[in-house]
Amino acid sequence: MLLIKNGRVMDPASKTDAALDVLVEGEKIKEVGPAGKIGAGAGAEILDAKGLIVAPGFIDLHAHLREPGQESSETIESGTKAAARGGFTAVCCMPNTKPVNDNASVTRFILERAKATGRVRVWPIGAASLGSKGEAISEIAGMKEAGIVAVSDDGKPIATAKLARQVMDYCRSLDLPVIEHAEDVSLAAGGVMREGVSSTRLGLRGMPAAAEAVCVARDVQLAELTGARLHIAHLSSKASHEQVRWAKSRGLRVTCEVTPHHFTLIDEDVTYDSRFKMNPPLAAREDRAALLEGLADGTVDAIATDHAPHEPALKDVEFDRAPFGILGFETALGLALEQLVHSEKTSLMRMVELFTTGPARVLGIERKIAAGQPADLTIVSTDRVWTYSIEDSPSKSRNSPFKGRKFKGGPVATIVAGKIIYKN
Amino acid sequence: MTYRFRDLLALEPLTADELRFLLDQSKPFQEIQKHPLKKLATLRGKTVALAFFENSTRTRISFGTAASRLGADTMNLQAEASSIKKGETLLDTAFNLNAMKPDCFVMRHSASGSADYVARHLDVPVVNAGDGTHEHPSQGLLDALTIRDRLGTIENLNVTILGDILHSRVARSNIHLLGKFGCKFILCGPSIWVPRELEKIAPGVPIRCVYKMEEALEGAHVIIMLRVQTERLNDPPLSANDYILLYQLNAERLKRAHRDAIVLHPGPINRGIEITPDVADGPQSCVLEQVTNGVAVRMAILYLVIAGATESGTHPALEAKPKESANATD
Repeated sequence: MLLIKNGRVMDPASKTDAALDVLVEGEKIKEVGPAGKIGAGAGAEILDAKGLIVAPGFIDLHAHLREPGQESSETIESGTKAAARGGFTAVCCMPNTKPVNDNASVTRFILERAKATGRVRVWPIGAASLGSKGEAISEIAGMKEAGIVAVSDDGKPIATAKLARQVMDYCRSLDLPVIEHAEDVSLAAGGVMREGVSSTRLGLRGMPAAAEAVCVARDVQLAELTGARLHIAHLSSKASHEQVRWAKSRGLRVTCEVTPHHFTLIDEDVTYDSRFKMNPPLAAREDRAALLEGLADGTVDAIATDHAPHEPALKDVEFDRAPFGILGFETALGLALEQLVHSEKTSLMRMVELFTTGPARVLGIERKIAAGQPADLTIVSTDRVWTYSIEDSPSKSRNSPFKGRKFKGGPVATIVAGKIIYKN
Repeated sequence: MTYRFRDLLALEPLTADELRFLLDQSKPFQEIQKHPLKKLATLRGKTVALAFFENSTRTRISFGTAASRLGADTMNLQAEASSIKKGETLLDTAFNLNAMKPDCFVMRHSASGSADYVARHLDVPVVNAGDGTHEHPSQGLLDALTIRDRLGTIENLNVTILGDILHSRVARSNIHLLGKFGCKFILCGPSIWVPRELEKIAPGVPIRCVYKMEEALEGAHVIIMLRVQTERLNDPPLSANDYILLYQLNAERLKRAHRDAIVLHPGPINRGIEITPDVADGPQSCVLEQVTNGVAVRMAILYLVIAGATESGTHPALEAKPKESANATD
């Protein structure tokens, strides 16, 4: 038994925002009741959440755990430890491992490793095409049976419109979302940051904003053609945002996510430090403004980290040669509080939604604080001041541009299946 | 005044006063080039690492000559013969050269920002001899010195830069230097090489992108030609004949510029492509002066980053008369 008392329960699913106690028994929530009214039996563990928010467990729709195949950058164990520190109770891991998660054996391997070593729930995403090569559809039904929650060729887009259409058709019948890394690779080829004044000044090769929007436009049309559930990963530009808004206004089943780094930083922040190199790249000032708008008005469905660890030997090279991607788990909530809540762009409830019911809806699952639900909870402080000291991170990598940043508010405890797996 | 940086990575962060100081410091070294005996002992016992990760002939020889005329020794790394081919990282190569204890690390590399990156990790001064498509500070300085010698000033000039500006580190250094002295720029070339974003890379500097050469040359005091990198003519596919038709600098077009206009080119020249031989060899061309000034500017740079500057503006370097070092042999 675990009694979480004196907290402020914020549950976007039921629009609850009240002083409530939560009693957990085993892996499930047993009771939610007015503060001080729930009696816990002797020996029950008490978590005093005075001054803290009790939220449904955070879900990250987009992460790279690097296992199998790139364990020197991250493992399921180290990655999920970092996720727990970030307040995440479940992470969806992208299939671009070695080998690629394009069949049920790899899916099962990931789930077995997660069971043995993972700290939070791991929900694998299967490759849309075999080897994510964009040639033939992978064994999606088999992977679904093994436990994938979506498909994606993340790291790159589904190569051709024809294949994307086939994948969407197929996934519609399997009721799986198709997650698209939207990028016209011929337009973006060779680019290392967003094309604009900053890239021109720095002499770094640019990728135009249109590289993303062209692909989003293609996929939105295909979502209309097929009726599939399409989810745009790490949406970064105003033009793409407008495509998604249009799709939603047409009633299409199109959703999207935005990363904390895209709503925090812009291309003008880029220096020759490869910790500012990711794909999609940091966008223009007006793109960030559009993303903040979408996060507030509901066009954006979820905040996802795109946690992409790369060991120093790979990442600490000249900018042109460094791989794309940065760490995301541990700074996501701090950045969301800073950029959305403290700056009064969104309400606290809306921010919680973007980490919980928002991503859950994308996956077609429920997420709420109610009796009988899995006891996955994230306890949040909105005012504790802390510094991201990357040396303390359980991640095996160090590629974050937010190293040393000061935050106001962040995760205080992470509870998965009734167990406190992280407490600060 | 002194040079306040440890390294010379870019001209963008330097103020007009600092840039003028660097140009003034080059002056005495220009004189040295006219001496029958050109070797000083100023940096005797010092070593300059010349790390050219990207092929270069004139810049490497120019830095090498500058170092040896100051009495310094050099160690040379050339891309072709180096261990980069064996997969060593840039930083490992830099650390290895640095372990041989040079006093200065001159580097050229194909990646923009690579000099900045190496400088963050080394404990000796780093001089950027060209990083990707970012900057080429010594070229920017030698161009300014050449202009100042010919026209008597680098202030408030109309400067036209022609060619592949997007991929030119020379153009960026020119803009960041001359822009601080009130020069106005016209950038001209095929639109894919002259994106509008260039107009904003140096806030406060008037920069205009123009796509008709006749218009670009109107009233120019300084015309800076860039080499057409023939390998880039493939991406985008651009016809060399079209380029000549639209953008070649010939005598007829040169007439549109100011009567006393001068023509610069960082070399190597593609005769008959971006420039006709009569213009390249004509009285308005400064191409060879640029090369001579390159040695002087690089002597000043090496001197300042290794030995430091003096308040007086005269070099202790020059107090040691060339005669004294005449005995020095390599």
